[in-house]
Amino acid sequence: MTKTIIEIRGLRKDYHIGEVTVHALRGIDMKIEAGEFVAVMGASGSGKSTMLNILGCLDIPTKGDYLLDGVDISTLSKDELARLRNQKLGFVFQAYNLLPRTTALENVELPLFYDPKVKSKERMERAIKALDAVGLTDRMHHMPNQLSGGQQQRVAIARSLVNDPVMILADEPTGNLDTRTSFEIMELFQDLNERGRTIVYVTHEPDIARFATRNVVFRDGLIQRENMVTDRTFAKEVLKTLPVEIIEEFDS
Amino acid sequence: MSFSNLIRIAVRALVRNRLRAILTMLGIIIGVASVIAMLALGEGSKRSMREEMSAMGTNMIMVMPNFQRRGGVNLGSGSSMTLKISDVNTLRNEAVYVAAVSPEIRSSGGQVIYGNKNAQTSVYGASEEYLGIRKFSIKSGRVFTEAEEKSMAKVCLVGQTVVDNLFDEGTDPVGLSIRIKNIPFLIIGLLEEKGESGMGQDQDDLIIAPWTTVQRRLAAIDYINGIYASAVSEEKSDAAKAEIEEILRRTHKLKDSDENDFRIMSQSELMETLTSMMSIMTYLLGAIAAISLLVGGIGIMNIMFVSVTERTREIGLRMSIGGRSQDILKQFLVESIILSILGGVFGVILGYIIAKGAGSLMDTEAYVQTQSVVLAFAVCFVIGVFFGWYPAKKAASLNPIDALRYE
Repeated sequence: MTKTIIEIRGLRKDYHIGEVTVHALRGIDMKIEAGEFVAVMGASGSGKSTMLNILGCLDIPTKGDYLLDGVDISTLSKDELARLRNQKLGFVFQAYNLLPRTTALENVELPLFYDPKVKSKERMERAIKALDAVGLTDRMHHMPNQLSGGQQQRVAIARSLVNDPVMILADEPTGNLDTRTSFEIMELFQDLNERGRTIVYVTHEPDIARFATRNVVFRDGLIQRENMVTDRTFAKEVLKTLPVEIIEEFDS
Repeated sequence: MSFSNLIRIAVRALVRNRLRAILTMLGIIIGVASVIAMLALGEGSKRSMREEMSAMGTNMIMVMPNFQRRGGVNLGSGSSMTLKISDVNTLRNEAVYVAAVSPEIRSSGGQVIYGNKNAQTSVYGASEEYLGIRKFSIKSGRVFTEAEEKSMAKVCLVGQTVVDNLFDEGTDPVGLSIRIKNIPFLIIGLLEEKGESGMGQDQDDLIIAPWTTVQRRLAAIDYINGIYASAVSEEKSDAAKAEIEEILRRTHKLKDSDENDFRIMSQSELMETLTSMMSIMTYLLGAIAAISLLVGGIGIMNIMFVSVTERTREIGLRMSIGGRSQDILKQFLVESIILSILGGVFGVILGYIIAKGAGSLMDTEAYVQTQSVVLAFAVCFVIGVFFGWYPAKKAASLNPIDALRYE
């Protein structure tokens, strides 16, 4: 008995650039159940970024329905969308987007600042818990520039977890990382997914897409193909086969 | 977002850019400091002037003859002979609000000689009430008597400067004889030192003798140069002035259409004039300082604009994790208000130090008034809101998708 988190019907998105109208999405139907781990793929210009923006409630569709956790987002105002993002979604970006000169802990706390219900004591406790979940308890008071790329992305994942979202949206989360670190991040995602977290991520690397349970491939604003991943890669096992190349310099 | 969270976020953002925050504040600090210092120094010199003037007698009223016109030519003030000793007597007898009245006769260009030394000084002829009106007092010796006044006695009181000029140090001048315009005068009293007046005039460089003596023996005139009177109290000085005018017009037999042939000035009026002059100067200096405050405000706007551009990604992130437009607006607004208020605090402190320092250099007590401090803070707050608004609005109007992708 699974719960449907995302239900999309006949979704279209048009952009007007001067006189020209660009049809970024041309009728998408999609469903994502709770606990799924979905990789969205596609070449650039295929509409996958637009899709992710709409999934993240950063953009609204021109036409069609989008129900997120039972809420029809077309009825919501800008401020209500912001609240929805604050309470139901977690974002992970390719470039981490951590605040510079701000400790890992404070970075993770950030979403909770925008939730009026969370008091400062609870805010810190939850941030520490989230950092613990990504295995960075001992890096809590480090600044982003004192962390490696992988660690920075972990902090960003902790930040996306801190508000206990129904879904994590990741935009090319491994795009800036080397292979080994990428696998480590995917290991973390798989780990979170096993514990029930719904995750949707965008990638253009087929290798990375195979960590998911389901792949959705976009092409020219339409879903070209959708399939369950049969030969799924498990990061834990792959990492065992990879030689340990470098001891991370920040470990000392 | 709660207010405490708002403050915390803004403070964190400022701390992250410590150096820039401090440099931005510098404009406000300098602006506020100069306003505070200017106003404090202006107020200080105003007060010290007022003190000196009240030492000269706040209820003093002066009557001078008005200028005369002869065939359309203005002969200048003091050229007329309209005031007589009878005017003094009438005032003494009839004026209710006048406590004391004395004539004044000035003998011009008198060389004063003692032994082989000589000096140039002003010789005033007056009645003994003159000392009380002009707040002179006797240091040693005595004042001349009524009998001496009547008999045109050749006695006089001298100021300290005259003594310094004519006698060797340590000499007691009382009982010695000096020659004024070659007429021997016996010094019967030494005046207490008064120092410089508010306008830098030496108030001890004078000789006072009975008015009869000066009028007849030195000046050889039959009129008087002026009348000094004192009102019964400072509050009554306007009433006294009106009364004197009324009496003099009557005794001078002026018709309603005639102009006064005398001029009356009260010390309190003079003080008001001078005080308002000082105020104008203070405000002028303050206005110049305020311009630097304005420049400081523009500096804040400038930096906030740069900050919005530089932090576009941060703004995008904040929006994506649930920050509403108004949260972003408030954050930037609060940042600029904190910058300007904090600048205000440091500015007030710096201004206070400058005022005290410059005050002791210029030998004036500087008064930092509470109201100028309050005003400085209010202005800073307004600057923060005013110059922070536009950049904050710009930040809040960003589209989160574009902001996130901004390079």
